[in-house]
Amino acid sequence: MPAGGSAPPPGRDLVVDGLEFTYASERGAPVRALEGVSLRACAGELVAVVGPSGCGKTTLLEVVCGLLTADHGTVTGPPAVLMPQRDLLLPWLDALENAALSLRLAGQRRSAARANARELFCELGLDGFERARPEELSGGMRQRVAFARTLLSGKQLLCLDEPFGGLDAITRSEMQQWLARSLQREPRTVLLVTHDVEEAIVLCDRVLVLSRRPGRVLAELEVPLPRPRRAGDAEVAELRALALEHLAGGGPGDGVLPGAPA
Amino acid sequence: MKRSLRRITPAALLAVGVLGLWELYCDLGGVEAAVLPPPHEVASALWDNAGLLAHNFAVTAEEVVLGLALALAAGLAMAIAIHVSPVMRRAFYPLAVGSQAVPIPVIGVLLVFWWGFGLFPKLVVIALICFFPVLVTTIDGLASLDPERAKLLRTLDASRWQSLRFAELPAALPAALSGARIALAVGVIGAFIAETSTPTTGTYTGLGREIMLDAGGFQTARAYAATAVLFAFAIACFYSLAVAERRLAPWRRTPAVGVAR
Repeated sequence: MPAGGSAPPPGRDLVVDGLEFTYASERGAPVRALEGVSLRACAGELVAVVGPSGCGKTTLLEVVCGLLTADHGTVTGPPAVLMPQRDLLLPWLDALENAALSLRLAGQRRSAARANARELFCELGLDGFERARPEELSGGMRQRVAFARTLLSGKQLLCLDEPFGGLDAITRSEMQQWLARSLQREPRTVLLVTHDVEEAIVLCDRVLVLSRRPGRVLAELEVPLPRPRRAGDAEVAELRALALEHLAGGGPGDGVLPGAPA
Repeated sequence: MKRSLRRITPAALLAVGVLGLWELYCDLGGVEAAVLPPPHEVASALWDNAGLLAHNFAVTAEEVVLGLALALAAGLAMAIAIHVSPVMRRAFYPLAVGSQAVPIPVIGVLLVFWWGFGLFPKLVVIALICFFPVLVTTIDGLASLDPERAKLLRTLDASRWQSLRFAELPAALPAALSGARIALAVGVIGAFIAETSTPTTGTYTGLGREIMLDAGGFQTARAYAATAVLFAFAIACFYSLAVAERRLAPWRRTPAVGVAR
């Protein structure tokens, strides 16, 4: 599978094979979240996972990041870091310190961590907001601080969970362009979870379509379009329609659709 | 200036009203001065005994401040131990609760036997009374870090101690400070209990002991004057801590006690 954009960084591929995950619930039946999910992301590749709400997308990311242990199946790959849906900035740290948190946790002293985080912080357009409290930042800026924190963890695989889910449409599209640019500058392997099919197509090299719960891979679409892509492009709309077709046909009990991985 | 005036007006009006009613009650012959001295007699006792009260106040203030410091240190340390270790929780929590039921005079003599007539046994009594609100609020505060943030720290490879240092402790700080405010409010009465339940030597032995002696020796007006000093001290301590709280935990924006921001 070809990696899009610039030359991929050296590193291992992510291989997820036959993941099964069931949540035990205190009352009632246990909830099956994932049913035999397999996927592969080559080093430097951007892979999107789309699917309806509650289809186990977040569970998949947490298993890949080692925050949950799957009942069955294996995950092998480079060290992974999760960027959760909410920015989760720590209110007692200023913006720069939040971005530098990964460095602090890696054992750097406060002044060194701040200095080392500063370059990326400014590259992300946050210059001048170093000492701002998280609550003083806009949603888009908070998300950028959270992204800086994720990048600075130094891990090769980024698992982004609905990174722009809470933003308004305009900010969202700006942030998509911005994410595409930052990943070209600093290539990483990305697993992006979203329920926005268009976002997946604009940003990623491949799109996996997940079924309703329990999540199964219904289809896998290549996105061979040149970058930069825009949400309004005709080719994007075409692929989006195709993906939505898979989603619509993907109720429980349906067979595996054409295009799904063997 | 105008704003701060407006801020203290309600309390001042209420105080004047209460003092007026109190004066009226005494003047109309509802009660003897030896039982309840009228405010003007308390005021003149305050004036006449200013030196004595000031010296005794210095003793008590030192006890309260140091006793509270001890209570904070003990409460925080025990809260962290109970938070990180289920064994510690099972071992210490019931005993900490039970310790609040021990009447201090029972152990006062023992404390003096151990540590003598000086300051330290009094600090222990105050700490024993004050650590509990700090302990309980801090334990709850440490557990208040939301699970999503805990997960975030795990994905960033934070160790147990790093998670405590960067997330759980700061998250607990506002609650711990609330506990400290409660501790402060009971700390002043704690000093009274400490002074009256542990034998003491020395010229000035604190406002608590003075109040006890005056109340028993028909110096009721002076006992009330000393009480007024404690009253004002408790208020001053409480609000200074509220101001400190704004500096220590500025991300929490609750105008809890109406202190100017």
